[in-house]
Amino acid sequence: MDTARVGVFVCHCGSNIAGHVDVEAVAEYSRTLPGVVFVQRNLYSCSDGGLREIKAAVASERLDRVVVAACTPRTHEPLFQEACREADLNPYLLEFVNIRDQCSWVHMKEPEAATQKAKDLVRMGVAKARLLEPLDEQEVPVEPAALVIGGGIIGMTAALNLANRGFPVKLVEREPELGGMMLRLHMLYPTREDALKVVQERIAEVRRHDSIEVFTSSVVSSVKGFVGNYDVMIEEVGHGEAGGAETPDDPGRCGDAPVPRSATAGAIIVATGTNVLQPDGMHGYDGKRVITQLELEERFRTNRLDVGRVVMIQCVGARCAERPYCSRICCTTAIKNAMEIKRCCPGAEVYILYRDAETQGTRYEAYYTQAREAGVQFVRYDVERPPEVLEERVLVYDEMLGARLSIPCDMVVLSTPLVAAEGAHELAQTLKVPVDEHGFFLEAHVKLRPLDFATDGIYVAGTARWPGHLEETVAQAYGAAARAATILSKEHVRSSGIVARVSEHLCRGCGRCVEVCEFGAPSLEETSSGVKVAHVNMVMCKGCGVCASVCPTGAMQARHFTDEQVTAMVRAALEPALPSFAVGDRS
Amino acid sequence: MGEFQPRIVVFACNWCSYAGADLAGASRIQYPPTTRVIRVMCSGRVTPGFILEAFHLGADGVLVTGCHPGDCHYISGNESAVVTVDKTARLLKLLGLEVERLRLEWISAAEGARFARLMTEFTEQVRQLGPTPLGNRGTGGEA
Repeated sequence: MDTARVGVFVCHCGSNIAGHVDVEAVAEYSRTLPGVVFVQRNLYSCSDGGLREIKAAVASERLDRVVVAACTPRTHEPLFQEACREADLNPYLLEFVNIRDQCSWVHMKEPEAATQKAKDLVRMGVAKARLLEPLDEQEVPVEPAALVIGGGIIGMTAALNLANRGFPVKLVEREPELGGMMLRLHMLYPTREDALKVVQERIAEVRRHDSIEVFTSSVVSSVKGFVGNYDVMIEEVGHGEAGGAETPDDPGRCGDAPVPRSATAGAIIVATGTNVLQPDGMHGYDGKRVITQLELEERFRTNRLDVGRVVMIQCVGARCAERPYCSRICCTTAIKNAMEIKRCCPGAEVYILYRDAETQGTRYEAYYTQAREAGVQFVRYDVERPPEVLEERVLVYDEMLGARLSIPCDMVVLSTPLVAAEGAHELAQTLKVPVDEHGFFLEAHVKLRPLDFATDGIYVAGTARWPGHLEETVAQAYGAAARAATILSKEHVRSSGIVARVSEHLCRGCGRCVEVCEFGAPSLEETSSGVKVAHVNMVMCKGCGVCASVCPTGAMQARHFTDEQVTAMVRAALEPALPSFAVGDRS
Repeated sequence: MGEFQPRIVVFACNWCSYAGADLAGASRIQYPPTTRVIRVMCSGRVTPGFILEAFHLGADGVLVTGCHPGDCHYISGNESAVVTVDKTARLLKLLGLEVERLRLEWISAAEGARFARLMTEFTEQVRQLGPTPLGNRGTGGEA
C-alpha cells in the first residue's frame, strides 16, 4: 500500500458551490477516504487566505499530495500548483476536482445528487492523487520575437506596442495592403475623425519601424512548437499583385514564385478582424439603391452624396435564429451615418427603423439624443412585422404609434452584423485554438483570461474575438501586446512536465509511438547492447498521451495520465458498487 | 421505485470537451447527475483498457468526448480515439454487451449546450437499455 499523505481542500466558492452542494458532508466524506490525512473547507480556496491555509497545512501535516475540490483546472490549476511549489511540494502532486462547473452549477435543483456526485468526484481525485508522481519541467529559452496575424488597426497597434518595447515583430496581412476594415470607413464616432487619416498614420508608423517586418498578401500556413518557441510558416496568397515579405526600404516585391518564409516567435497575437454580413436576398439588397452601412461609408468617401430621404433598417440578419447575437456597433454606426447624411444633405430626412436602440454608456446615449435633436426619426419595429422595402418606399408597422407607416425614400441602408472573418476557421485549425459557434475566436475564460487562448503564448484582440467599438478593441490590442510581452520578456519558459516516458526494459522497439506522434517527439535509438528502444524528446512532446494508448507493451506512459492513474479514477468512479453513485433507486 | 439512474463514465479531453463541460456549468445548463467525468489531455489517450475496465466494474455507459475533426489540439489524437472506440465497440459486441452503451462524441469548447444535451441524451439512451447485464461489480464489493 502506498503511504501517500493526502490533504483535501473543499472550496465553498462563496455560495457558488456551497449553495447547491453540502460541502460539509463532502469534507466529512473525504476524511474516510484511504490516504487522506487532512481535510479543510475554505470559503474561497483561491483567495490569499485559502492559499495560505493550503501551504500551512502542507507544512504542518507533512502532506505529500494535495487535492483541491473547487472550480475548473482550466483557470485555477496554475494558482494551486504555484502554492504547492511555494510549499516545497512538486506542483504535479496536485489533483484538481471540479465540483462547481460539473456539480453545483449543473445540478442546481438536485442538491442531494449534486452532493453525492461531488463526493464521487473527490473519491476519484484522491484515488488518482495517491498515484501522482513528482514531475520535472524543462527550462526552454524564449525567442523574444512576436508574430501578429492581421494588419488592421488592431494588429498594427499590437505590433507597434511590442516593437516599441524592443521586440521584433512579424506582421502578417492577408490583403495586399495594411489597414483592414478602417480603409473602408468614413468618419469615426463619436469624434468625427477621418478614419482613413487615422489608419494611414498608423500604417506609416508601422512602415517606419525598424523592428516590424510586414508581410502583405500573406497568411500563416503552419504553426508548430509551443509557448516561447513557435515555428511558423508565412505563405503568400494570390491577389494578382506584389506581396510577401517587405521591409521599409523595399516595399513590395515581385517576380519569383513565392517561397514560404519560416519564422520563430515566442508569442502570437491573432487580430484578424471581422467581415460585415452581405445581406444578399434581404430587403431587396442590390448594392445600388439598397446598400449596407459599410457601402454607405464608402459612398461618403468617394462620391458626393445627394439624397432626399433615407431609411435605415437595423438588425438585418442579426438577432435572428441563425445569428442570435447583437453586433453592438450597428446602432451607433447608423446614428453616425444618419447625422453624416444630415450634414452633407441638410434637407435630407433620415429614418432609423430599429428593434432596440443599443447605445450603451453615457457617451453613446448622448450621441443618440443628439441624433434625435438633429431631426433623425427613430421608428421601432417588431421582429414579427419586419419592414418591407418596395420600389420607392418602405412600409413599416410603428410599434409606438401602433400604426403602419409608408415612408417614401430614395435610398435604403441595411445595418448588418459583423461576422467571422474569412479564413478564421482555417487559422483556428492551424493554431489549434477554438472558435465559438459563430466562428469568432474563443478566449480561455471570458472574465479571467479575456485575451488569452487556452494555449499558452497565443492571444487574441479586436473583432476577431467579438464585435466591438474601436475604443474597446484598441484597448484590447494594448492588452494582448502586454500579455505577449509577459512571455517575450522572460529568458526561459518552463515546458510542461506532462510528457511521455518510456520504460526501456518494457519497450520492444516496435515504433508505433514514432508512427502516431504528430510532433516527432519519440524516436527509436539503439542501446549499448544493440537493441532498439524508444526515446522521448521531452521538449518536443506535447503530452497528449496518444503514444501511450497505442503502445502494445505498456512501455510508453503518459505522465500525469498514466494507465494506473486513469484506471484508478475509473475504479473509484464505480465504487462502491451500488448505493452511492446516484441518489434514487436503481430499478 | 424511482427512475433507473445509470452510472456513466465520461472521458473528456482537456482542450475541447472538458472546456465545453465548464461552459455548460458557467451557463448553468442543467443535466442529469448520472455522469462522472475523467479528464485526459486528449481523447486519443483513452484506451480500450479504460473503457473495458469501466464496463467490467458495472458502468452502464461510457462516453468518450473530444475535439471536432480537424480541431484536435494535438492534430490527430481524436482520429486515434475513433479507432479505439470502434475497436472497443467490437469487443463489447463479442462480450454480448450492447454497443449503444459506448459512444464517441465531439464537443468543442464553445459547445456548453451541446455538452449538456449529450449528457441528457446519452443518459436517456442508457436508461432505455436498462442496467448493464454485467451487473454491478464495483471494486470493493464481493462480486
